[in-house]
Amino acid sequence: MSILINKDSKVLVQGITGREGAFHAEQMIKYGTKVVAGVTPGKGGTQALAVPVYDSVKEAASKHKIDASIIFVPAPAAADAALEAAHAGVPLVVLITEGIPTMDMVKAVKEIKELGVRLIGGNCPGLITAEECKLGIMPGHVFKRGKVGMISRSGTLTYESAAALSDAGIGVTTVVGIGGDPIIGTTFKDLLPLFNDDPETKAVVLCGEIGGSDEEDAAAYIKTHMKKPVVAFIGGRSAPKGKRMGHAGAIISGNVGTPESKLAAFAVAGVPVADTINQIVDLVKAKLS
Amino acid sequence: MNLHEYQAKDLLARFGVPVPPGKVAYTPDEAKRIAEEYGKMVVIKAQVHVGGRGKAGGVKLANTPAEAFDKTQAILGLNIKGLIVKKVLVAQAVDIAKEYYAGMILDRSSQRVVLMLSKEGGVDIEEVAATNPDAIIKHFIDPHKGLRAFEARELVKRAGLEGNLNKLAQILVQLYNAYVGIDASTAEINPLVITTDGQVIAADAKIVLDDNALFRHPDLAQLREVEAEHPLEVEASNYGFAYVKLDGQVGVIGNGAGLVMYTLDLVNRVGGKPANFLDIGGGAKAEVVFNALKVVLKDPDVKGVFINIFGGITRADEVAKGVIRALEEGILTKPVAMRVAGTAEEEAKRLLEGKPIYMYPASVEAAKAIAGMVGGGKQ
Repeated sequence: MSILINKDSKVLVQGITGREGAFHAEQMIKYGTKVVAGVTPGKGGTQALAVPVYDSVKEAASKHKIDASIIFVPAPAAADAALEAAHAGVPLVVLITEGIPTMDMVKAVKEIKELGVRLIGGNCPGLITAEECKLGIMPGHVFKRGKVGMISRSGTLTYESAAALSDAGIGVTTVVGIGGDPIIGTTFKDLLPLFNDDPETKAVVLCGEIGGSDEEDAAAYIKTHMKKPVVAFIGGRSAPKGKRMGHAGAIISGNVGTPESKLAAFAVAGVPVADTINQIVDLVKAKLS
Repeated sequence: MNLHEYQAKDLLARFGVPVPPGKVAYTPDEAKRIAEEYGKMVVIKAQVHVGGRGKAGGVKLANTPAEAFDKTQAILGLNIKGLIVKKVLVAQAVDIAKEYYAGMILDRSSQRVVLMLSKEGGVDIEEVAATNPDAIIKHFIDPHKGLRAFEARELVKRAGLEGNLNKLAQILVQLYNAYVGIDASTAEINPLVITTDGQVIAADAKIVLDDNALFRHPDLAQLREVEAEHPLEVEASNYGFAYVKLDGQVGVIGNGAGLVMYTLDLVNRVGGKPANFLDIGGGAKAEVVFNALKVVLKDPDVKGVFINIFGGITRADEVAKGVIRALEEGILTKPVAMRVAGTAEEEAKRLLEGKPIYMYPASVEAAKAIAGMVGGGKQ
């Protein structure tokens, strides 16, 4: 088992004829992901990577069963692409694009949630169920199948943590990069229940960052509901207040989003917080033994 | 992107918000002429991208044109939190009866824009939030409906603002229209003044724009002031890097914002001080790495560099080639500690064999080494 995606998931790629979309769609297919169709408005009726290209998600969805869509559309049109997928009835929408205007996301996230569709991202690396399905831009080979579910606000750091867990022989089930922006479709506390219910996942690693209060919300859920051990990590602990370090969401404003607040919340929830990547592995090992 | 007060007021005025007449002056003479034109008391306000201008002596009243000249002379050239004042706003002074606060920011938890309204205006709203949170009322705006006049009137009543109810409510609606219309991430009127003759007017305003949306506001994008930013930040942004100048000695380069943040944390943990944040992004080629090293090493504070790479889409051997080019062109004038892992790790290590680069298998060891080399590190 895993969460959200597996080897049978049928995937649509929005922006499949663009540079990023074409590159990553090819990588996903190589990994084993079942890419069944693509969408590029204006290029309907053509083929890309041996799959049919449609003008709209609606047309693609009328010809294929689609379990998930992944979006590589440039920022000015990205929120619209996510809305299009949600309105066409795609249940899982993964928005990779970075630099989307915030108000576009405020509007889109609300509407997509009202449609009952799960949106991951934007500005995220996507998700992967190890050795089954890659719906994202991560290097697939570093994820070895195992016991740990991961949720992360960062990309590279996730790859590194997953690689360390894989190298240690522990491995991962599904790894979800939720994105580094202030407004995202899915947060930690939305995914924890899914891992709670996945029998293959024996522990969860939560890679947080400074900024916002998603880690605190997750800690509150863990304290009352989580049946499995959770290990946390918080990036940006030394970042000066008010400075944006790459991720728009990783910023301390006023008294919100400080590492102290997050550390305190995890302490209350009994979640150990690793200082280094290697320590993530040690803490998971300790929890699983 | 931060806007100056005068720019923020100009934008709000476009949406109908009443603001006191004002003009920008770059010299005391200009300020004097503006004061003569208005023929009444003016307020001279430093235009710098930083809060706390008043406390720093950057805001002064002038009763006469001659005073406007003197006060402007005193304010121009002031150093306010590291920024030099190069221009002032000369605005007609308002007779204040009451000072309120109206502000809008993005609320991450509710994923909406929140309107905050308070009777306690004219002071730092964060202070009010800390000392008297009940004095601030909040309204989370439905992005699909916007802020309606009837809601705004209710809020004015709930906050206990006294004055022309319709006018106050209208200003809140105009503020929201401006927020959405220009893609702001913060829009504040503080103070929102009720004058002694009952007028409602935005006596000061602060707007921060959403950088992600600047592409659809080319007129606003032009308001960016390159000279107000650190020159290295400007150079880095021309290369497309996310770069932040910090105050330490260890230059930091990595791929991915999360990994670079983690690297800064590690350097701090071992007693070093990072000089910068620099993310080369995903899939960087040798030239990108070379340019990153050029930017980081231009910083005279940098005494050593830590390159931390986890190869995914980025290939470690491309990073190594960039480093080697920097060596060959003689720009690596400071010690470099490097840790590479992931895609093409072995190729990278082979390429760098025998080169004067300190290679470490783990990030923590590399952090300790470079902190030790630049001094101030603890083992």
